[in-house]
Amino acid sequence: MLASRNVRLAAGPRVAAAPGQRALLDARLGRRAMVAAKAQKKEIMMWEALREAIDEEMERDPTVCVMGEDVGHYGGSYKCTFGLYKKYGDMRVLDTPICENGFMGMGVGAAMTGLRPIVEGMNMGFLLLAFNQISNNCGMLHYTSGGQFKVPMVIRGPGGVGRQLGAEHSQRLESYFQSIPGVQLVACSTVRNSKALLKAAIRSDNPIIFFEHVLLYNVKGEVGDKDEVACLERAEVVREGTDVSIFTYSRMRYVVMQAVNDLVKKGYNPEVIDLISLKPFDMETISKSVRKTRKAIIVEECMKTGGIGASLSAVINESLFNELDHEVIRLSSQDVPTAYAYELEAATIVQSSQVVDAVERVCGARVPATV
Amino acid sequence: MQTMLQQRSGFRAAQPGRQVMKVRAVAAPLKTATSAPSKAPLVSPEVAKDLYYDMVLGREFEEMCAQMYYRGKMFGFVHLYSGQEAVSTGVIRLLRQDDHVVSTYRDHVHALSKGVSAREVMAELFGKKTGCCRGQGGSMHMFSAKHNVLGGYAFIGEGIPVGLGAAFQSKYRRDVLGEETSDSVTCSFFGDGTCNVGQFYESLNMAALYKLPHIFVVENNLWAIGMSHLRATSRTSGDDHPFIYKKGPAFGMPGVLVDGMDVLKVRQVAQEAVERARRGEGPTLIEAETYRFRGHSLADPDELRSKEEKARYQARDPIPQLKKYMLEHGLATEAEIKALEDKVAEVVEDSVKFADESPKPERGQLLENVFADPRGFGISEDGRYRYQQPGFSSGTAVVS
Repeated sequence: MLASRNVRLAAGPRVAAAPGQRALLDARLGRRAMVAAKAQKKEIMMWEALREAIDEEMERDPTVCVMGEDVGHYGGSYKCTFGLYKKYGDMRVLDTPICENGFMGMGVGAAMTGLRPIVEGMNMGFLLLAFNQISNNCGMLHYTSGGQFKVPMVIRGPGGVGRQLGAEHSQRLESYFQSIPGVQLVACSTVRNSKALLKAAIRSDNPIIFFEHVLLYNVKGEVGDKDEVACLERAEVVREGTDVSIFTYSRMRYVVMQAVNDLVKKGYNPEVIDLISLKPFDMETISKSVRKTRKAIIVEECMKTGGIGASLSAVINESLFNELDHEVIRLSSQDVPTAYAYELEAATIVQSSQVVDAVERVCGARVPATV
Repeated sequence: MQTMLQQRSGFRAAQPGRQVMKVRAVAAPLKTATSAPSKAPLVSPEVAKDLYYDMVLGREFEEMCAQMYYRGKMFGFVHLYSGQEAVSTGVIRLLRQDDHVVSTYRDHVHALSKGVSAREVMAELFGKKTGCCRGQGGSMHMFSAKHNVLGGYAFIGEGIPVGLGAAFQSKYRRDVLGEETSDSVTCSFFGDGTCNVGQFYESLNMAALYKLPHIFVVENNLWAIGMSHLRATSRTSGDDHPFIYKKGPAFGMPGVLVDGMDVLKVRQVAQEAVERARRGEGPTLIEAETYRFRGHSLADPDELRSKEEKARYQARDPIPQLKKYMLEHGLATEAEIKALEDKVAEVVEDSVKFADESPKPERGQLLENVFADPRGFGISEDGRYRYQQPGFSSGTAVVS
């Protein structure tokens, strides 16, 4: 855990690690000019949207509280709780010692007895240390207690492959968590959906594991109305198309959209679905899309073996086999620990050119659209 | 938070290096003497009878479980509490209904002491729908929301942080939500084996750090299945014995060693810890030296514990000890004690009858209680939530 702090400091603003610092810098370099330029639309970064969601929900419901390493005085490793301890006090924004299993279990007990804790994993990878609590207690005790106790908590934090953070800080926990019964997995991807989904997760009576991505905290965009609360079980149709369905989530959505730019120029019309709900899958949206395009490509940052794509592929093959004109393609990370070196790291995760190649392979060559 | 606490209660917040905690040994580890008969009784006749009833209930219930297990009425791992009753009774009978209890896989008797009916516990063991967890928990997972039994936790140490969470909630209600009367406490029970697990230490630290109304109750029965406490745990500094209670002061809370075969001593120590917690002065670590009269579970051949050791502890059986004390202090007559024992026999018999006659869970129960909000099962191809589909309430739907 100490390692993460070192990484964060060493990496500085190169990675999305220090949005708070950036915000301060922005303020110094002329916030007024920025505001003037954006007089029409108020764009904020994802970390700010997540912070707004937490703030608004804490304001709305006094049983909502935050627990985790450096969530209070430090403001959260990615600033998602920046300054909230000043507004709500140390107990509602509780800085915990470094003991993931311990404070996760404390969150479970608090949730069982009437609070709604949001427990932050400073890095999602660290939550491997809390696997006992997440699996046995978060996931299962509503059932084992015969429905007597519910566990309305949100487990959130930064996951995914960042930029040269090394193997331990670049893990995709969704593959580990997906088989735990009784939990829902949600991955946000845009400023707007991050806020609306987090609000929904906080309000849900189920334990929600909420995946943010280290490289998306500084993505900019608009948020919806203050009352906008998303459906946790719904996928998002990012782009309608007819040639092939590309299923993706989290940061890979951007990699896919980059590929789509090229593909459109080449005359392809792919459909892009952001899964959002990694467990359970939104089978309505998925099946509608597959029935329409009859081809499915899954693009994920997860490991290929036992990953989200593996599960989705199995479900599509099981339930939509007769709708398919081509075998399901999975573009996943290589089954290797994520290397530090930039080139090796890039070779581990899916690049947009691979998406382009896969679409071309599945759909066949096209005559380019009129240039 | 410490500032808030200072303002509210007037107690000085813990400051590292400034407060010296006093270690008090209420009883030496091998001291077997009961409370001196010459003194005035430590409890009223009503309390004594309550304690006696609860201990006998715990013992008879567990012995009945053994019979039922061998008769094939219950399966799986069944861990019996016989011999340790003074701990459960001594601590839990002091608690209020709104206080929380966290237990382990050896949890039947904790549930009984907290007020869960023998019927509900036995039915759970029989895997019946009338069980306290509808047959979904089993021997190692007894829960009761009504009695604030937060559950039996079968992995070593995983229940303690949950107990902290309940204690945190109690403090939160008072300090954040302004519920001034919120002074409930939480007692987490666990064994000597748990004292080498990380979550125990993580919890000691957080409980002291946040001054949570949480009581750590170590039921040191000397054996973690086949691993002797003396072989598993390093000796505390300057001692020739691994004392668990001494780990309390290391974390800034009182540590107390008590004769866990003497219910009145346990009660005395627990009373102090509970009052301290209610006053907002934080956690206590109690090490109760006790012994299980049976193997680790009913599947344990129990070959490693010596006959001498077993006999030594059998001689300290907490139930006859209390009976003797009650008679000597005029807290009950022989006839009254017999009546309590008869009542227990009746209740235990009735629990078996009830469990036996209770219906099995219906298939429809299968998919209930996985999610508190059934939308967690997701949206199916036809656009409806899965829980709205036929086959869901009958438990025949396949949910993936």
